[in-house]
Amino acid sequence: MDSDNVLEIKHLSVAVGNKEILHDINLNIKTGETHVLFGPNGSGKTTLIMTIMGSPKYQVTKGSIIFGGKDIVRLPMDERARLGIGMSLQRPPVVRGVKTRDMVAACAKGRLGPETIDNLAEKANLTELMDREVNYGFSGGEIKRSELLQLLAQDPDLALLDEPESGVDLVNIALIGELINELLQKVHPIRDRRHAGLIITHTGHILDYVNARSGYVLLNGRIVCEGDPHEILETIKRKGYEECKRCVA
Amino acid sequence: MRSVRADKAFKKRAEAAVSKPAAFGEDIDLDRYAHSGDELPYQDEPSKLPAETKKQMVQVGVTLDDDSQRSGTIIQIDHSTVHRRANQEGIEVMSTNEALEKYDWLAGYLWKAVAVDTDKYTASVELGQSNGYFIRALPGSKTLHPVQACLYLGKSNLAQKVHNIIIAEEGSELHIITGCAAASGEEPGMHIGVSEFYIKRGAKVTFTMIHSWSPEIAVRPRTGIIVEENGVFLSNYVIMKPVHSLQMYPAARCVGENAVVRFNSILVALPGSNMDVGSRVLLDARGARTEIISRAITTGGNIYARGYIEGNAPDVKGHLECRGLMLRGDGVIHAIPELRGTLAGVDLSHEAAVGKIAEEEVEYLMMRGLTRDEATATIVRGFLRVDIEGLPPELNLEIQRAVEASENEVM
Repeated sequence: MDSDNVLEIKHLSVAVGNKEILHDINLNIKTGETHVLFGPNGSGKTTLIMTIMGSPKYQVTKGSIIFGGKDIVRLPMDERARLGIGMSLQRPPVVRGVKTRDMVAACAKGRLGPETIDNLAEKANLTELMDREVNYGFSGGEIKRSELLQLLAQDPDLALLDEPESGVDLVNIALIGELINELLQKVHPIRDRRHAGLIITHTGHILDYVNARSGYVLLNGRIVCEGDPHEILETIKRKGYEECKRCVA
Repeated sequence: MRSVRADKAFKKRAEAAVSKPAAFGEDIDLDRYAHSGDELPYQDEPSKLPAETKKQMVQVGVTLDDDSQRSGTIIQIDHSTVHRRANQEGIEVMSTNEALEKYDWLAGYLWKAVAVDTDKYTASVELGQSNGYFIRALPGSKTLHPVQACLYLGKSNLAQKVHNIIIAEEGSELHIITGCAAASGEEPGMHIGVSEFYIKRGAKVTFTMIHSWSPEIAVRPRTGIIVEENGVFLSNYVIMKPVHSLQMYPAARCVGENAVVRFNSILVALPGSNMDVGSRVLLDARGARTEIISRAITTGGNIYARGYIEGNAPDVKGHLECRGLMLRGDGVIHAIPELRGTLAGVDLSHEAAVGKIAEEEVEYLMMRGLTRDEATATIVRGFLRVDIEGLPPELNLEIQRAVEASENEVM
C-alpha cells in the first residue's frame, strides 16, 4: 500500500438489498488531495460515498475500503466518523428539538469552545440559525452551509461532500466554495495539508471555486474515466455523458 | 367567609355528584382512601424539614434551603399548610382556608372556573377536609422571581384534597412553580387538586407544574382558567416519574378580547403508568389565541394525549400539536386532537404524530461521531425540549432540570 493514501478503495462492489449498485470500484486519494466524482443521476455516486461513510443500507459484497491504513469495511458509521471520516449530506433530515449550536458542539466533541463555534458560524453566515432546530425550515443554501459548518467542527481527515452546490444560488456558491477550501486546508500547499476530500458534483459549478486534483466519471456503478477534472467537465459540458459511454465502449 | 346560602348550594350540588364518574380515566374508588389527616406543625424555617422530604421537593423545583430566588413559598403536606411566606410586596401567598377567613369576597371565586359537580373528585373536595393555596398578585404587581408552591403527600393511603385559587389582578404578572410529590416508596395514595385561575385584564400568569408521584398514587387535578381581555396564561406541565393513574383535562376560557393561552405538556409514561392528559381551550372572545403543545413518550406505560380547541368568536386562532414517541415496551399512545369552530372567521389547526425514533436521524448523528446510544439520547432530549416563550429563564431551567433528572430512567 502507498503510505500516502488516506483512502484506498480496492475492487469494491456494493449492493442495496439484492441489487448490486457498484461494481469493482478502485480509487485512491492521497493526504491533502481533493478528488471529484461526476456522473448522471442514479449512477451510484451517493452510494459510493455513503458506503465509504458506512451507512448500513449499503452492503459491501466484495473488495475493501482502507482508510489510514486500516480496512474499515466492518466498522460502524460512528467509529468511521471518530477515525476521521466526515460527510455532508445532500438532503439531511430535520432533527426536531436539537439546536444547530448543539449539533455543531457534538461534532466538535469538546475540542472547540463556544467562542470558536460562534466564529465558525459567523464565517458560514449561520449566526442567526444557531438556535434553530437542525435543518428545520432551512433554505437550500442554509442546509449546505450548515452541513459544512458541522464538518468544520468535526475536522475530519477525509471529507465526503455530496453535491455541496446543488440548489444553491450564485452568491451562496462562492461562500460554500470558501468553506470547502477551509475544510480542505486549501490555503496550504498539498504537502502541508492533513485533509483530503471527495466531492460529488452533478453540475461541476463547484470547480470554479475549489481546486481538485483528479476527477472520475461514474456510469452505471462503474468508474469509466479518470483524469483532470476540468477536462472531464469540459467534455461532459460539450458532449454530455454520452461521450463517456462511448469512451467506455 | 363563605355565605351560608352559597355554601349550602355548593354542598347540595356536590352531594348530588358524589358518585359521578369522571368523563375520562379509570374510576377510582375513593372509599379506599382515608379522607382526613392529622394537623401537622407549622415550620417557621422550612429548611428544617426532613432531608428526604426536601430532596423530593427539589426534584419538582421547590427549593427550601435558599428561597432568595423565590417571591414566595407555600408548602402543604397532606392536609396541613406547614409553611407559607410572601417575599415581595404586592404578592399574597397563603392557604386557601386562611384566605377565605381573611377576604369575604373570595367566596365569590369558588367553583366559578371549575364546576363543583364536575365529577366525584370535585365533589369530594367540596365535601371533605381540604386546604390548598391562594396566590394573588395585586393590580400592577409583577413577581421578580417565581412563587413556589408544593403539595406533598406524606401519609400512606391518604386522599389529599386541595382547592387552589390563583388571582392575577389587572396588569399584574405572576410566575408560579408548583411541585407535587409523594414520599418515595410504594405506598398507595391519592391527590385531588382543584385549581381555579382568574387572569384579569392585561395580566399574565405562567404556571409551571412538575409532578413526581410514585407507582401506587392516583392523581386527579381539576383545573379551570378564566382569561380576560389581553390576559395571558401560560401553562407548562412535566411528568417524568411513574404514576399509577393520572387523569386531567384543564380547561381555559378566553372571555376577553385578545386573550392568549398556551399549554405545554411533557409526559413520560414508564411501565405501569397510566396517563390521560389533555388541554382544552375555549376561544370565546374576538382575537383570542391559543397554542397547545404536548410531547408524550412511552417506555411501557399508556398515554391518552387529548387536546380540544373551540373557536366561538371572530378572528380567533388556535393550534394544537401533539407528538408521541414510542421509545420501547408495549405501551400505547393515543392522541386525540379535536377542533370545533362555530362561526366563520376562526382559524384552527392541529398536527399529531405518533411513531418511533426515525432511524435516518439516528444515523445522521452517528455520521457525526455519536454512538447509537448518544444519538438516541440526543434525539429524545430534543423531543422533550419545548422552548417556552415568555417563561422566565430560571423556570425554563427548572423544567430542564426535571427532564434531565429522569433521563436515565427514560433512556
